[in-house]
Amino acid sequence: MSGIASILNTDLLVATIRLSTPITLAAIGATICERSGIVNIAMEGIMIIGAFFAAVAALFTGNPWIGLLAGVVAGGIFSLIHAVATITFHLDHVVSGAVMNILSFGIVRYLMVMIFGHPGTTDAIPVGLKAYQFAIPGLSKIPVLGPVFFNQTPIVYMSFVLVVLTLIFLKKTKTGLHLRAAGEHPLALETIGVSVYKMRYLGVFVSGLLSGLAGAYLSIENSVSFTEGMANGRGFIALAAMISGGWTAIGSFVAALFFGFADAFQVRMQVFKVLNIPSEIFIIFPYVATVLAVAGLVKKSRPPKADGVDFMIEKEGA
Amino acid sequence: MGAKKEKRVVLETKHVKKQFPKVLANDDINMVLYEGEILSLLGENGAGKSTLMNVLYGLYKPTSGEILLEGEQVEFSSPKDAIRKGLGMVHQHFMLVDNLTVTENIILGSEPGKYDFIDYKTARKEVVSISEKYHLHVDPDEIIENLSVGVQQRVEILKALYRKARILILDEPTAVLTPQEVDELFEVVGRLREDGVSIIIITHKLEEVKAISDRVYILKRGKIVGERETSQVTKEDLANLMVGREVVLTVHKDEKEVSGEPILQLEDVVVRNQKGINALDGLSLDVRPGEIVGIAGVDGNGQSELEEALVGLLKLESGRILYKGEDIAVLDTKQRRGKGVASVPADRQKYGLVLPMKVSENMVLGFHDEKPFVKGINLALETIKTHSEKLVEEYDIRTPGVEVPAGNLSGGNQQKVILARELSSDPDFLLVAQPTRGLDVGAIEYIHSQILKMRDKNVGILLISLELEEIFSLSDRILVLYEGKIVKEFIPENTSDKEVGFYMTGGKKTAEERA
Repeated sequence: MSGIASILNTDLLVATIRLSTPITLAAIGATICERSGIVNIAMEGIMIIGAFFAAVAALFTGNPWIGLLAGVVAGGIFSLIHAVATITFHLDHVVSGAVMNILSFGIVRYLMVMIFGHPGTTDAIPVGLKAYQFAIPGLSKIPVLGPVFFNQTPIVYMSFVLVVLTLIFLKKTKTGLHLRAAGEHPLALETIGVSVYKMRYLGVFVSGLLSGLAGAYLSIENSVSFTEGMANGRGFIALAAMISGGWTAIGSFVAALFFGFADAFQVRMQVFKVLNIPSEIFIIFPYVATVLAVAGLVKKSRPPKADGVDFMIEKEGA
Repeated sequence: MGAKKEKRVVLETKHVKKQFPKVLANDDINMVLYEGEILSLLGENGAGKSTLMNVLYGLYKPTSGEILLEGEQVEFSSPKDAIRKGLGMVHQHFMLVDNLTVTENIILGSEPGKYDFIDYKTARKEVVSISEKYHLHVDPDEIIENLSVGVQQRVEILKALYRKARILILDEPTAVLTPQEVDELFEVVGRLREDGVSIIIITHKLEEVKAISDRVYILKRGKIVGERETSQVTKEDLANLMVGREVVLTVHKDEKEVSGEPILQLEDVVVRNQKGINALDGLSLDVRPGEIVGIAGVDGNGQSELEEALVGLLKLESGRILYKGEDIAVLDTKQRRGKGVASVPADRQKYGLVLPMKVSENMVLGFHDEKPFVKGINLALETIKTHSEKLVEEYDIRTPGVEVPAGNLSGGNQQKVILARELSSDPDFLLVAQPTRGLDVGAIEYIHSQILKMRDKNVGILLISLELEEIFSLSDRILVLYEGKIVKEFIPENTSDKEVGFYMTGGKKTAEERA
């Protein structure tokens, strides 16, 4: 048992934060999206698009900040396909989401070959966002938690801020109230004169921006190049985080931290071989943790009532 | 009613027409609304009342025609425009977000506060002040789903008043209320009129028109077929105008001696619902042959669980269901039906019919694997067809044929299909739940007569209905269901709807005090 104890240290917690960041971002985005009434299972695909465009932009401009912007914008634009399909054309949300995920693989493979002449991995960007890691003076000196939360890289900090902003947005703002109403009882919103379509477009678009940012984190902050398949199911784990988190910002964040921890733990168990069993077995750990968390918590959390329910005003009839 | 000084027109429609892809819902509607009057819009289901109101409210765009507000032509592209011009609407299905507070629902879309931030303090203050001004008491911090239907409706009215509505449209406002709540609503409406609010009430209930309104328009198949001063018209006249023929409003029920052993007895039945709460909590009742026992109650007090327990869709936690002296609680649905238990389910489209399947297939559903309808391992299609055609004839079902999907039929005719199937099985016990929900006067009349026919055939009938009027006109005995128990038994002749309503809400004063 002293074996396991040896990996329970601050490094594990730092890794937890790093691994949970993309999940957090995608999960709070999905929360906003689903609170507006649109089911979003396309985070994986949007993340891949975001990651790719962030890496390409950072590569060609040499500036990772431009890369970050490109990733976010690309995610936002790509998500609009989902918005148009589900809101304007009333397509089933899950079908559209599945198509989005498949489409993203296709787009990225095509562009990889077009731009780099080969599928797989892009060239390394000159400077990654990791270079901008900075410790917040004072706070980072707090034992244990200091280095974990306050000596981080830019997008990690952004994710903390965004969790708080999402919380405030949903709870305290007019737009947030409208968006929640759109996901609970859309006709109630429409009949007092607020467009449900607008709120739902907003919800999908914001989730696109945040998933794009999650993608940018993967390619230009946590890494220095884009590799096909680098999202590695994180978009779906984000979905699980959102559900286990009860469709709330804080809940999603906590669930994402848990999944991040499971991942960090798994990596360490493999690398340090502390237990005398085949290390490969730990690869499945975060995924099993996801299944268990969702199975255990899903009954208790209440989805928005009109989540996934199409909205159309002029129906036939009297 | 009301002093008639100079009557000022506040709202007028000229030749308004609304065409849906397949239906002409409103055709050449000309109506006026005067200041401070209560106007009824009477019509059957599908007459186009709600469509017309949604046109006025800006939810639908009229195909042609004009709407004039205070003499000025207006075109609403969304409810927002209508609201801005002083229109408010209380929809039949409440437009309230269940998991938000009263305050949040009232201010939704017109929130006070700087920039995008909601000023909850001011909002709450404003809600309290208008609720005091109009004597509509609500707790501003309560979550909607914790409120009774009557209070929810109050919130809806406040929502319109918060937006400074001068014209208030109420769509079927009493459909879901208990008699006491109806009285309260009428009081509120009266007070609003005194404050100069003009009110349009959409309804298909004649009682309501007489009780509250000053004037009434009668709508039929999308057209206005009459306009009357309510004080100068009888209920019968209204019914005839609405249906277009003579209608028997009161059910004619023969006196009948009921004797003998009960055919069905429920003893201390306990049933748990999905949330694990005892939805039926020690319920006991009995039904004798040739008797209609009516279950009165506010929706959600165990009606659907009672229905499901009787037909065998829900397991009993404890207690017995005795049918002809035998405990059938252990039998499954099919076995119970085989013994002569028939049921007309409350949700006809979900449980009563398979909508995409043919009328003929629906007619034999549940018996399709039995004698006359099977030949070897095949369905006896010819027999099924002739059997269905016979029933269509017998029960006066309006359908282009027995081969069309049941979903193509109107609600009334769908109900007749179910009735035909259940009654033709020659049951000894019949459960009828919500038999006339959403049906028009003509169909209601027919279905009631069929139920009474079964009574005359000495069938024991349990009637579950949310319509108190229906309970009163059909039942030989009335049992009040409250929180999963029978709390009171009445003979209809010796009680009033007020008294029954009192027990339906647990013998407490209604909403007024709870809020």
